[in-house]
Amino acid sequence: MTLLSVENLSVELGHRPVLHRLGFAVQPGEFIGLIGPNGAGKSTLLRSVLNLLPAQGQVRLCGTDAAAMNARQRAACVAYLAQEREIAWAVPVEMVVALGRSPHRPGFAALTDKDRAIVDAAMRRMDVEAFRHRIATELSGGEKARVLAARALAQDTPLLLADEPTAGLDPAHQIALMRLFDSLAADGRSVVASLHDLGLAARWCSRLILIDKGRIVADGPPASVLTPQSLRAIYGVEAWFGEADGAPIVHPLDLATP
Amino acid sequence: MMILRTALSCFVAAVLGMAAALPTFAAEPTPRRIVSMNVCTDQLAMLIAGAGQLHSVSALAGDPRASAMADEARAFAVNHALAEEIFLMEPDLILAGTFSARATVGLLRRLGFRVEEFAPARSFADVRDNIRRIGALLHRQERAAELVAQLDDGLARLRAGAPSGRTIALYEPNSYTAGAGTLANDIFTAAGLVNIAERLGVTGSTRLPLEQLIMAKPDLIGRSSSDYGAPALAQENLVHPAFRALSRQDAIDLPVAKMICGAPFTLDAAFMLQDAAAKQERR
Amino acid sequence: MSADRHYPLLLTLLAAATLALFLLSLTVGPAGIAFADSMKALFSDKADGVALIMREIRLPRAILGGMIGATLGLSGAALQGYLRNPLAEPGLLGISASASLGAVLAIYTGLSAAFALALPLAALTGAVAAVLVVQALAGQRGGALIVILAGIAVTSFAGAMTSLALNLSPNPFAALEIMFWMLGSLTDRSMVHVWLSAPFMLVGWLMLGSLGRALDALTLGSETAASMGIELRKVQFLAVFGTAASVGAATAVAGAIGFVGLVVPHILRPLVGARPSRLLPASALGGACVVLTADILVRIIAPERDLKLGVLTAIVGAPFFLWLVFRTRRSLL
Repeated sequence: MTLLSVENLSVELGHRPVLHRLGFAVQPGEFIGLIGPNGAGKSTLLRSVLNLLPAQGQVRLCGTDAAAMNARQRAACVAYLAQEREIAWAVPVEMVVALGRSPHRPGFAALTDKDRAIVDAAMRRMDVEAFRHRIATELSGGEKARVLAARALAQDTPLLLADEPTAGLDPAHQIALMRLFDSLAADGRSVVASLHDLGLAARWCSRLILIDKGRIVADGPPASVLTPQSLRAIYGVEAWFGEADGAPIVHPLDLATP
Repeated sequence: MMILRTALSCFVAAVLGMAAALPTFAAEPTPRRIVSMNVCTDQLAMLIAGAGQLHSVSALAGDPRASAMADEARAFAVNHALAEEIFLMEPDLILAGTFSARATVGLLRRLGFRVEEFAPARSFADVRDNIRRIGALLHRQERAAELVAQLDDGLARLRAGAPSGRTIALYEPNSYTAGAGTLANDIFTAAGLVNIAERLGVTGSTRLPLEQLIMAKPDLIGRSSSDYGAPALAQENLVHPAFRALSRQDAIDLPVAKMICGAPFTLDAAFMLQDAAAKQERR
Repeated sequence: MSADRHYPLLLTLLAAATLALFLLSLTVGPAGIAFADSMKALFSDKADGVALIMREIRLPRAILGGMIGATLGLSGAALQGYLRNPLAEPGLLGISASASLGAVLAIYTGLSAAFALALPLAALTGAVAAVLVVQALAGQRGGALIVILAGIAVTSFAGAMTSLALNLSPNPFAALEIMFWMLGSLTDRSMVHVWLSAPFMLVGWLMLGSLGRALDALTLGSETAASMGIELRKVQFLAVFGTAASVGAATAVAGAIGFVGLVVPHILRPLVGARPSRLLPASALGGACVVLTADILVRIIAPERDLKLGVLTAIVGAPFFLWLVFRTRRSLL
């Protein structure tokens, strides 16, 4: 079952066209890196797929037409990790992560044992179990980011959309997150994460979608998408290409001379 | 023949007597335990009620700044216009103002009490009507008629003195004055004075800018003499240098307590004003 | 974990306090009635003096005190959760100001003198009008900021109109009546007021009470909440109309009572672990306790002078708020 299929997706913000007739599909088991310069439309793409923005075109989630789904059904198919890491109230970490289970629970029902197990597993995977009783708003930026990622994990969906999930994390936790997304893909789930760090994207993603000025410029394995030409043309940078431990290394060096 | 005529006159007298008594049988019984919860109905009730008829008056009735009968009010129980309090007094008639708390009046009616509401008097005609109405409610029509006669007498005596034509302006805290359609206006007219506010086209109680007051150059300025013991910004206008200059000679302290509610004692204010105007003319 | 255990205890304590204050409120009044007698009279079928006082004067006042307090507490917690802003309170949507304007117009035009229920009905109309305007301005996808701005606009307009009415009033008695009404009072409210306002308050409670899960999800922001299955349009509708119905009815019968909706959620938030869904019932009970206490104090402190309820809540609320600010400032330094 195709987890996400997008056809002719166009979005206008204000009166400015932001996305132009985008089309791509996500199958189970993929870890897709969504890359592109600032303002290319990466966040807009993720939000329009989730119906957080009005859009034209066809979007199908978990095999069903997204326009025919209500919020609950969408939440059972796709979890979203937003770029803004908002936590409005001084609640314990445990509660934040447990929020991921709320789409699956009816009305005022309490957490079942299964729910609790999923929450615990999510916290372990994100290495925040030690914080479970601490107040989420008192954590550091990186710790907060991991807690919110645990929440998305706890939602236990086939598809996960993440908007710049590695921002603010130290190298160990950045890599841990990449490994996590990789293992989710190995489990048969899929992750679409927008990334600025080309090195991480090149090393860990199975597929990259490069977006520039609201259009998909390249879509395929990292080697075919990240080329010196594309980096020069789209990002305006010169980069060093290499390999280590069987995985590509891409490291931006300097601005490209025009 | 004589017997027949005597019998006839007795018969006629009896019939007439019964006819006079009939309305009393058909109407409400005489109220014996009246509670008044408004300072104006308090005073009229105190003037009109028979011995033991009026049980309680409102707290304001005992306040000399608001009531001309503060001393007399001490003879009666005090109420604060609260439903539970009044309920406990077990009145058979309650007198209230049209501006008494709506919730309290509504609740008292709901509890089964008879509440009669009186609007504030805006003229001597209103005063007459209120007196007569209270007289009818209390079954003290004769006493009410007495007071109306007092009122009319007083008005006649005021009219006997030729109208001086002097002008007066009422100037209260917050620059309030009283124009046409107010009791104060009627008082001034009865005293033979011309109310500047009425001449300027003012109706009701509104503000009169100090400038207009000065330009109008009234012969007399009426001030309220209430001292509340605590200052208020509202009273700033009364210490304004321009006002003081204007009012140095021609201000007259009005007996506000007699002018808030309309009753025969309201005429005292009119007499006072008439005298003041006369004194001014002699100067 | 400890918060989890404490929560049922907290609710039980608050419920017990509410009940105790309700009973205490029934015993306060000029007629010195012994507690046992008063309870007996409430349940008896007799129509004697004590029974009438209890059933027609004290009972409605106590019921309204509890219900209005619960309404203010609940709607304050709901709005703070929905707008993600601890400074939000029921008045923010312009509902109290518009209800006041409706009541003021009823007094000003003399309608309130014409028939007894004119005033609360006019106030309710004002509240409904405010809500329709706010909803129209904010639209369906409005979002928290637009709702706040629309509410401020409505409050300002209603406030200006009320001041205008006061300004132009040719009758100083009417002006005084308007002012006193706006200060908030439960004096001499009858069972008629209860029957009039209770249905609206109950509907409002149902609407606001159902927001628990949505408010919890909104802790993470509106977009994340939407992605977790929360229908934002429905939440906006329930929050706005739930507040309108309950707070509109409360203001309609008692005038404007401030600070309760702002302060009670603040006090209770740390005690429920800041969870918005838990704060809802706790604030409702807390609000009921506060208003019942204020109404008892009003009758004890100055029984003759008819101290206004809104004045008392402001006198207590404002310094408390200052203390809150002071404490927050210290923790931020």
